[in-house]
Amino acid sequence: MGTRHDSAGRPLPLVNATTKPHFDAARERRFAMQRCPRDGFFFYPRSRCPKCLGDDWAWETASGRGAVYSFTVDRAGHVPALAKLVPYAIAIVELDEGPRCTARLVDCDVEKVHVGMRLEAAYEDVEGGTVVHFRPA
Amino acid sequence: MAKHAAAVAGLAEWKPERVWPRPMFSLEACAELAALALADAGIEKGEVDGLCIGGIYESPLFGPSAAAEYLGIRANFAETVDLGGATSAGMLWRAAAAIEVGACETVLVLCPSVPPPRPDGATRGKMDFPIYLGGDAWGSPQGAFEIPAGLVAATPSFAMVAQRYMARYGLREETLAKIAADARYNAQFNPDAIFYGKPITIDDVMKSRRVADPLKLLEIVMPCFGGGALVVTTPERAARARHRPVFVAGFGEHLTHKSISYAPDLLDNPIRVAAERAFRMAGVSHAAIDVVQPYDCFTITVLVTLENAGFCGKGEGERFVSEHSLRWDGDFPLNTHGGQLGAGQAGTAGGLSHLTEAVRQLQGRATGRQLAKCDLAYANGTGGMMAEQVALILQGA
Repeated sequence: MGTRHDSAGRPLPLVNATTKPHFDAARERRFAMQRCPRDGFFFYPRSRCPKCLGDDWAWETASGRGAVYSFTVDRAGHVPALAKLVPYAIAIVELDEGPRCTARLVDCDVEKVHVGMRLEAAYEDVEGGTVVHFRPA
Repeated sequence: MAKHAAAVAGLAEWKPERVWPRPMFSLEACAELAALALADAGIEKGEVDGLCIGGIYESPLFGPSAAAEYLGIRANFAETVDLGGATSAGMLWRAAAAIEVGACETVLVLCPSVPPPRPDGATRGKMDFPIYLGGDAWGSPQGAFEIPAGLVAATPSFAMVAQRYMARYGLREETLAKIAADARYNAQFNPDAIFYGKPITIDDVMKSRRVADPLKLLEIVMPCFGGGALVVTTPERAARARHRPVFVAGFGEHLTHKSISYAPDLLDNPIRVAAERAFRMAGVSHAAIDVVQPYDCFTITVLVTLENAGFCGKGEGERFVSEHSLRWDGDFPLNTHGGQLGAGQAGTAGGLSHLTEAVRQLQGRATGRQLAKCDLAYANGTGGMMAEQVALILQGA
């Protein structure tokens, strides 16, 4: 069982028991992240804190805000179904809480994306789930 | 004091091809490469008691024993290495370390990167590129976030390294283009290079199609097929072999992440720690290195590697690349075979090409591009998204 694609061929998030709370929150338009009582927030969702390997973390609603750590404008469309969307920007987002996550940028002029640009989460419901994008804040 | 506990005695390397004319199974390729490399070294097959392999297509499990059985080797050391583009560099130091601790005496490092025959009998192997690179496996963190975001294959990840570099230090795209043009220059002296007979200029690179900003088509390696092998043995046996022994004088390995999303710092790359460990072990200075053979899947890989491996300071890559010629006959010979940018990226054999060329230069048989003096080489492998890093210092006896 690998990546599923929607009817347009776009890859959908692979959701399992560990990552499900993040995607369930996304459906409610919240950016949920795990927080370790010793080491703070971490991302992506894991069974244990990547710093201390403790399992006493808790899910919290984070700000869903951050800044571009780096980005690229994909002009080839490496996923065939995404080729229809080119050019599109992909960014590593440095979340205000510290961890980084990668997302596609939406509602933006791809020619104006820059490192440090402020972003906020943007949610798109797709077949059987929700994808978290980011857009200029 | 440099380690002189194991040496490369011989090598084999097939000419990379975009379409492989004679598909064969991995085990068949291993057998042919082993025969060629042992003949090159002048070492009897009966002396081989160690194996380092990557994946064996027809034996997804139990690969090392499949290879030992097929090749008729009674192995005291047998290992599968899974470090992407750093696989071959990882194999070489593992082989040397196994010899040093006395686990075995002669190791075959085998990198077959050829397509298997198809059950329908088709004879021409074509490239089937796994765009998700395994990140779509059930449970994979990449499948949850990176793949739905469109971060697949490798180019966008390396493009983000370049973009961060530009924002942090400033970098002209022409500087990256020069890396590609110099690699292609070197390829004109290597008849086995996939781009032999096809030189390019900085302007050609700048005018090539943008793939993922700021990377353009001619800054990206051409995937192809090929194969290569090394014979690694004790200093005593290497001294009896046909060529100048090439000692594994130092090595270092460092990994911190798989996906570029979670690299601790895009510009403080794991190759820094790997290279520091290799130079410290070898006890040599950067200035003493005669040829530099860094992994070059993209132009930015070379720039970030030169800085992190200590050939210039952080943020000085632009000036360094602009002020030096990276051509084999220039003042800073780099990837004298053309690198993978010029010679082609043949799977794990592509990574091996940086090592085989270093060995050729050290053994004085890089015909048509031989350096006048070559006693010390730096080479490295880069796997995944600048993630799996192995640095080597190789020294001629």
